[in-house]
Order: sequence, then C-alpha cells, then structure tokens
Amino acid sequence: MYVAVKGGERAIENAHAWLAEERRGNTDIAELSIAQIREQLSLAVNRVMAEGSLYDPDLAALAIKQARGDLIEAIFLMRAYRTTLPRFGASEPVDTGIMACDRRISATFKDLPGGQVLGPTFDYTHRLLDFKLAADGEVPKAPSRDAETGNVPHVTEFLNREGLIEEAPHDDTPPPDLTREPLEMPSPRALRLQALTRADEGFTLGLAYSTQRGYGRNHAFVGELRIGSVPVEMDIPELGFAVEIGEVILTECETVNQFTGSKTEPPQFTRGYGLVFGQTERKAISMALVDRALRWEELGEDNVGAPAQDAEFVLYHADNIQATGFLEHIKLPHYVDFQSELELVRKLRREAGAQQVQEAAE
Amino acid sequence: MKDTVSENNPRKVWMGLLAKAPEGRVAALLDAEISRPAFTWLRAPEIGSTMVRARAGSTGAPFNLGEMTITRCALTLETGEVGHSYIQGRSKADAEVAALVDALMQTTMASRLREAVFEPLEAGMATMKAARAAKAAATKVDFFTMTRGED
Repeated sequence: MYVAVKGGERAIENAHAWLAEERRGNTDIAELSIAQIREQLSLAVNRVMAEGSLYDPDLAALAIKQARGDLIEAIFLMRAYRTTLPRFGASEPVDTGIMACDRRISATFKDLPGGQVLGPTFDYTHRLLDFKLAADGEVPKAPSRDAETGNVPHVTEFLNREGLIEEAPHDDTPPPDLTREPLEMPSPRALRLQALTRADEGFTLGLAYSTQRGYGRNHAFVGELRIGSVPVEMDIPELGFAVEIGEVILTECETVNQFTGSKTEPPQFTRGYGLVFGQTERKAISMALVDRALRWEELGEDNVGAPAQDAEFVLYHADNIQATGFLEHIKLPHYVDFQSELELVRKLRREAGAQQVQEAAE
Repeated sequence: MKDTVSENNPRKVWMGLLAKAPEGRVAALLDAEISRPAFTWLRAPEIGSTMVRARAGSTGAPFNLGEMTITRCALTLETGEVGHSYIQGRSKADAEVAALVDALMQTTMASRLREAVFEPLEAGMATMKAARAAKAAATKVDFFTMTRGED
C-alpha cells in the first residue's frame, strides 16, 4: 500500500532559515569573509579543493563558509558546482620536475641536490596551544635567504641512474576519467590514482596506516615529498599550440618501497605515488602508500587479503560524497519501508505466540 | 612543457603571463596606458573547467588529477585582429582584458604594451616568486657533524 503524504514545507523552510541564522552565529562577532577563510584557513581550503576535485580557492572558501566548516558538506558543494561547468578540455600532464618548491624533503637521502627544504611545516612544532594567537598577536616576518635558481631534481632520478628502482617510463595512453565513465574493476592504475587523489583523507590515511601496521605491509620510505606550484598548460585548438592557463599548488609524495625481486626481475626498489591539489601532505603520503599496496598484482606479489590490497574495496569506499550520500539517506523518511518491516515483525510474533499457546495446551 | 611550437613563440609567452597575472592587475596596467579600443565578441566570456592531468611517478602514464576553473573568451578589434584568452579562475573581466591585450599585441601597439603592461607584470610576478623562493631557502637544513664521542 502506497500512501502519499504531503506536508513539511513550512518546517523545511523554517529549518533553513534557522540554519542561516546559526551559520552566522552571534552577530556581535564580526562576520568571516571569503578572503579570510581563503588566507587563514588555507589547509581546509586545500582539502576541499582536493576532495571536491576542483581547483579554485575562492570557491572552496565559499563552500566552507556555507557549510559552517563541515568540510565534507563543503566538498559536496564543490562537486555539485563542478557538474554545472562546461569542460573546455584537458591539460597537458603537469611537470612536477619544474615545481617552484615551498617544501622539499627526503627521508632517504640526507644530502641531495636542492637540499632538505622544510617550508611552512607543522613538523618540529611542539603541538602546544599558542595563546599568542588568541591575543591577536603580530606575526614576525619570515626570514629569507638567497635561493638557488633552477629546477629541483626528483630523488627517484638518482636511484634510477643505478637501476636500483623501477622506472616510470614515459607513456601517452589517454587516461580513463571516472567523472565520465563509471568506475569498473579491474581498474588501471591511472583510474586508481584519480580515485585516490580525490578520496577522503581520513579513509586514505586509515588504509595507509593499516599497511604500516602489517595489513599488506610494503615498507615505505618517503623518498621525496615536495609542495609548490606548477604551471598548467593546455592545448588551445583555435591557436594550434599549447599555452599556460594558470598555476596550481600541488603536493607530491614518492615512496621508495622494498621489493625482493622475482625470477625475472633483480631485486629493486618499487614506487608508490601520491599527488594531490594544494598543500595536503598527509593525504599525499597516504595516497602513495595505498597506491603501492594496490599494485601488488602488477608487481607479482602475494595477495595477503589486506584491505588496502583490495582495489574494489578501496575504490568503492574511498569517495566521501558517495559514502555520505548513501549513509545519510537513511535518516530521511523511510516510513513505508519501516511500516512493512513492522508489519512483518508483528506477524512473526503473532505466529510465534500462537504456537506457544498451542504447545502449552498440548 | 616540452612543446613542439617552441618555447620562444612570443604569443605563447604573453598568453601564459596574462593567464597567471594576479586578479585585476592587467586591467590596471592597460587602463593606465591607453583607453580601450572598441571590439566585438567572437565568444563572450564563459566560465568552465579544464581537467588537469599529471603523470604517475611524475614521468609515467598520464592520469586525471582533478579540474580547475577557467574562463575563456575571444574578440575581434575593428582592425580585424583576433584576441583569445584562457585564464585560470572565474573572472570574466580579467578574461576580457587578457583577450584584448592578446589582440593588441598583434598590432603596432605591441612594443608599447610590452613596456607598459608586460614588463611591470613580469617584474611583479618575478618579485613574488623570488620572495617565496627566498623564504623556502631560509628553511633549508644545513647539516653539520657533531664531534663523535669515541675517544
């Protein structure tokens, strides 16, 4: 039996009006501007761009404001906006080798060309609350030093020279796009990387951590972590050549992983790769570890049944918008579904009760 | 950025600079130098996206990293030159001025604009980049070996 029910419009309208009021909070307190969010909550902005899969700091800041700081809600807003945009094309693959690095560290080589550049990092802070920030303190100017010019070489290049690490040979296969075709298994690495770079940070972190704790261990070292801006170049059909259309800040993590070799391959290090929009290093490191774990098959490793090795499990559960959509829909009215369940349970209880009465009578 | 059309295609260079300019900067420089000429739209400013690609392991097979917002337009000057712009972000005003400068750079105005628009633009962008690079350099670790305590 289907019962159409109307009503709730006024309640919904009023709820949204109250939401707007609560979003603003106490009006005695100055309102946040989009620029303030963009400049002062930039790591939240970066996460929303990365998982929203759309690079636009002002839009991400607006989404954070609208979502009252609920980042998954903000990511949802970005994804929804993204679908309204006509796509003008695809860029040339960005060259992270020419990145203007704000940060570049290696956990595998102490002395390396370009050096260990810490950048604006939380590392080595004491993680003590800084009450000066509560007191509206002035920021001391960051020191400067003469910079070397020229590109910073990738760490994997040094290892490649000795043949100690697997190569990432140049390839121009057009990549599949999960925003255009549904995600299907088995998935090529290009599709896995696209899914991972926009995957939920917490989920990716948890999986990466599970590999470190032994569920599909792959002995990762951070060969290199770099953060900085790279130009984006796109072919312009009207002109017949490619031009730079802008710049994006990216975080790149290359892991160097142990590999014992096989019958055909000598012992060699293998690689995991993480590349994420914005300054998002926890996510980029996590992505590299999970990417490496998912490569077990192509590297001829055993499937030990670890969650991080299971591409279907990882990729179908990594998207926080899909996940939250399905999860949160169960709070919406399911009156009819539940009514039928209720009927069923009552019927079963009646039957069980009748049987007991009958047994007692016998 | 290994490009077939060569790195010294001047139009490629100026279009790249226009795309990366800080918001409103090109308009300020252009309007300080000339009053804008009349033009007709070939394609009015339009906001869209570009899929940014990258390579696995930085050198391997390409994959889709995510999209970025982009605004494009095309216009014709009364003298017939066609200007295009493809610029990051959602500023229609910036896209318009970029296309206008692209068209004007194909006229006899080119050297004047090079001096009035591109030189200060490039200098400003280089200063910003250098300031960031200098701050990064200041965070470079200088290792030194402590005296060993074996003797």
